[in-house]
Amino acid sequence: MTATATAGRITARIPTLLAAEEVSKYYGADGSHVLVLDRITLELRDGEFVALLGPSGSGKSTLLRILAGLLSPSSGEVRVHGEPLRGVNPFAAMVFQSFALFPWLTVLQNVELGLLHKRGLKSEERRQRALAALDLVGLDGFEHAYPRELSGGMKQRVGFARALVREPEMLFLDEPFSALDVLAAENLRGDLLDLWLARKIPTRAILMVTHNIDEAVTLADRLLIFSANPGRIRAELPGLPLAERLSKGQTHAELVDTIYRIMTNPREEIERLLPQARILQRPAAPTSPVLPHADVGELTGFLERLTALGGREDLFELARDLQLEADELLPLVEAAQLLEFTRVEEGDVVLTETGRTFATADLLQRKELFRQIVAERVEWIREIVWTLRVAPRHRQAEDWIVRRLEEHFSPAEARRQLETAIEWGRYAELFAYDEHSGILYLEENGA
Amino acid sequence: MVGRVWPFRVERQSLQRIRVSWWADLVAFLVLVLVLFGVIEVAARWIGPMTSETTLDLSAWNLPLYALFSLARMTAAFTAALGFGLVYGRLAAADPRLEHVLLPVLDILQSIPILSFMPGVVLALVALFPHRNLGAELAAIVLIFTSQAWNLAFSVYQSVITVPKDLREAAAMLHFTRWQRLTRLELPFALVPLLWNSVMSWAGGWFFLMASEQFTLGERSFRLPGLGAYLATAADQGDLRALGLGLVALVTVIVLVDRLFWQPLLAWSHRFTLDEVSSELRPGRAAGSWFQRSLLVSWLWLQWMHPLVRWLDHVFDRLLRQEATYKLTRQELPSRSETTRHGRRALPLLAGMGLFALVGGTVARAALELPASSWLELATAASISFARVMVTLIITALWTVPVGVAIGTNPSLTARVQPVVQTLASIPATALFPAIVLVLLGLPGGLQMAALVLLALGTQWYVLFNVIAGAAAIPHDFIEAATIFRLTWWQRWQHLLLPAIFPSLITGLITAAGGAWNATIVAEYVVFRGEIYVAGGLGAEIASSAATGDYQRLLAATVLMAAIVVVLNRTFWARLYRLSMERFQLAR
Repeated sequence: MTATATAGRITARIPTLLAAEEVSKYYGADGSHVLVLDRITLELRDGEFVALLGPSGSGKSTLLRILAGLLSPSSGEVRVHGEPLRGVNPFAAMVFQSFALFPWLTVLQNVELGLLHKRGLKSEERRQRALAALDLVGLDGFEHAYPRELSGGMKQRVGFARALVREPEMLFLDEPFSALDVLAAENLRGDLLDLWLARKIPTRAILMVTHNIDEAVTLADRLLIFSANPGRIRAELPGLPLAERLSKGQTHAELVDTIYRIMTNPREEIERLLPQARILQRPAAPTSPVLPHADVGELTGFLERLTALGGREDLFELARDLQLEADELLPLVEAAQLLEFTRVEEGDVVLTETGRTFATADLLQRKELFRQIVAERVEWIREIVWTLRVAPRHRQAEDWIVRRLEEHFSPAEARRQLETAIEWGRYAELFAYDEHSGILYLEENGA
Repeated sequence: MVGRVWPFRVERQSLQRIRVSWWADLVAFLVLVLVLFGVIEVAARWIGPMTSETTLDLSAWNLPLYALFSLARMTAAFTAALGFGLVYGRLAAADPRLEHVLLPVLDILQSIPILSFMPGVVLALVALFPHRNLGAELAAIVLIFTSQAWNLAFSVYQSVITVPKDLREAAAMLHFTRWQRLTRLELPFALVPLLWNSVMSWAGGWFFLMASEQFTLGERSFRLPGLGAYLATAADQGDLRALGLGLVALVTVIVLVDRLFWQPLLAWSHRFTLDEVSSELRPGRAAGSWFQRSLLVSWLWLQWMHPLVRWLDHVFDRLLRQEATYKLTRQELPSRSETTRHGRRALPLLAGMGLFALVGGTVARAALELPASSWLELATAASISFARVMVTLIITALWTVPVGVAIGTNPSLTARVQPVVQTLASIPATALFPAIVLVLLGLPGGLQMAALVLLALGTQWYVLFNVIAGAAAIPHDFIEAATIFRLTWWQRWQHLLLPAIFPSLITGLITAAGGAWNATIVAEYVVFRGEIYVAGGLGAEIASSAATGDYQRLLAATVLMAAIVVVLNRTFWARLYRLSMERFQLAR
């Protein structure tokens, strides 16, 4: 892998801080292996800011936790400074999406927690260092406030201060800006970039998980794009030169567009999606089919909007128009593609004839059309219907179906798959579902 | 000035910001002297020579001393229960294998009627200290303990396994030691539910304190000086003045403890909630901050408590310095069907089977030795008690639902009525038993009537509180919608109010049912003025066989009651509860 990744770069002299070698992660024990991460190999080198991008379910957060030592890989190895990692990564600090502040402690005490493990540190010095860290993130004056008194942006600043007070060599960020409102996120991103670029913090490398493409392009020196089920590195792209990143000009928009195209075409070959041929890492084998978790109501709204926009729209523009994040839009696009309501051409979503009919039909016609297409196109909803037809009294417990699904998915994903199938199947009136008893059944006229 | 070391003492205001007042010092000094005097007095009584048949002096001047003795028993029992709850709950949460053993054991312990522990405990402890009061005192304490410990352990367990995943991960990334994880994360997180459960346990303790201060076992009868024995004696002698005085003293003690101890604690614990915005009323914090004005208290705190706590923290941190490993929280564990496939359950399964065999063996022996006719009698008694409990619950539900909804849907009424109801509810029903028996025994129906009243007294508050809470939580939109759609009075009840309060009503009834079974033991068998009154039932069987020393029958009746409670919980109540949660939960 390193061989392909070094194209045109001088990496020989730059030390590697952290390396994952063929790291895989399974759910479940004996026999029922469900793959979450499939043979991930990556390196984190001195001085770089790496972003992990991917749809939900691609295991990028799991990978981050493996690298942090919170989870252990099922196979493969994580090496820190060449040594195998055991237990929690001593060189890393982490910033959480949900902030993970201790609500019963003040801001200052929360930051001091970062120094608790350093024995022999005088309490006065601990306090001084915590105050300095708060100063660094622009929170001086708030040290005696409790987290609940702060806005989201300020809470995350405390999260950063708590991580930075340890002066970690590696900083792990788990979707650090996604719980913040747009302005606060923008503001904090700018401050982080400032600290990082001006070397105001001794941190030597940053690894960030995100689903915000724009953010990743702005911040990262290198981008790893994941595919889902199982999680694999689909492509590795170099970041933009610093000047182009900060100016947010044409090249910035182009890279965002490219990544959008990659993420919305999970089954397409990478080369065809990359006009610039900037690819660093090649994708592994194609993924197994899954039901995208799209709400029928949202899908309808999506198609209606697309019709109103003239039946063809750039994906990135569409996401902006609908005010959706990438991982919220993706299931809709995938579902529309699966049902042949749309197809993707050169980064644009194009409405098909069926899609147009669906978007303009009335309620009952829509249901009928959806029913036909789902019964025809979605293989495993068809399987459920078939199972129910042959089952005694046309009934089947959901647990039975979940167990079948768990042969292919993690337990949580199996549950979600079933939930989506139930929603689709109910809307299409292919089968009915009794929530109380957890039983799927065919209605009298549906058999 | 910032107490950073101990997480519980989060932030201290600097001294100059606090108004110092000399009479706060005076009160603090008096309190200290009183506490010292109390400790000496209690110690003298406990290690003093055995006085098994204390004659109680009904003079009002003795009341403070009796209150002190009762309070000392309560405090000792509660401290022990708290310690037990922390250790047991934390252990059960620590390891899935331990969990498989400890939780079912706790479930069974919880369903055994508390008063059935009495003979065994009393005989063992009195035998241990044959010439001192300590034995009987310890027996009373252990009995109170058994009414307090189980739910504390459950609360701790529940809290520890539900510590949010991100906080656990943060603790691991911050390289907490085991001690730090316990004191900085798990205990603060567990604190609020633990406190609320403590308040409940404390109230439950008063309930059984009354019964544990006076009892007869075979030929021996014990009477410990205290408020419970005082009330019983007063009723026995028909002394209405003493009865009233005793009740006033009891309520005073209960209210004082609540205002001076629990309310400040609850107010202080408010910062340990995870809710970002909390709309609930913050209880007043008068006493706690008032004592901060005392220089004496400040001095004791800063010079003694603070360094002591800091030193203890340091020592324990050394002892448990091993870095805590990050464990998966339960939400992340594979689904149930997944876990059952694991072979790791062999050990707990074995332990469980051993336990089962032990219990089963004992029961089987009792069953074999006890004639079939006795079993038939017990079964009949059980069905009578069952009917009595059910009637009580129905009566309770019938009056608490309209009253609770009326109070709960009217915020200004809630604010005014709640304190009164709380004070009324804080009077342990057992304290009223003597008075009620005195009044009702003369009337037609006799103890049959009295037993129902006694059961209802013990159970109705749980239900009322839950209904009020449920009704108060109905979103205003729903009520407005009902008005806009012009629902009739009956439609409003049918479609809005009843479904909305259903989950809280069920929760209240479940707690009440457990309490009612327990209370049958005191309600169905009453000794009054040397005469024994019995209203047939399983509770009466337990009480009478304990009093006459028929331990085989006691064991059989106890096992029967525990089995009934467990089976009812597992089938009837669990199903109702699930239904209420799935169908009638307003906010999902």
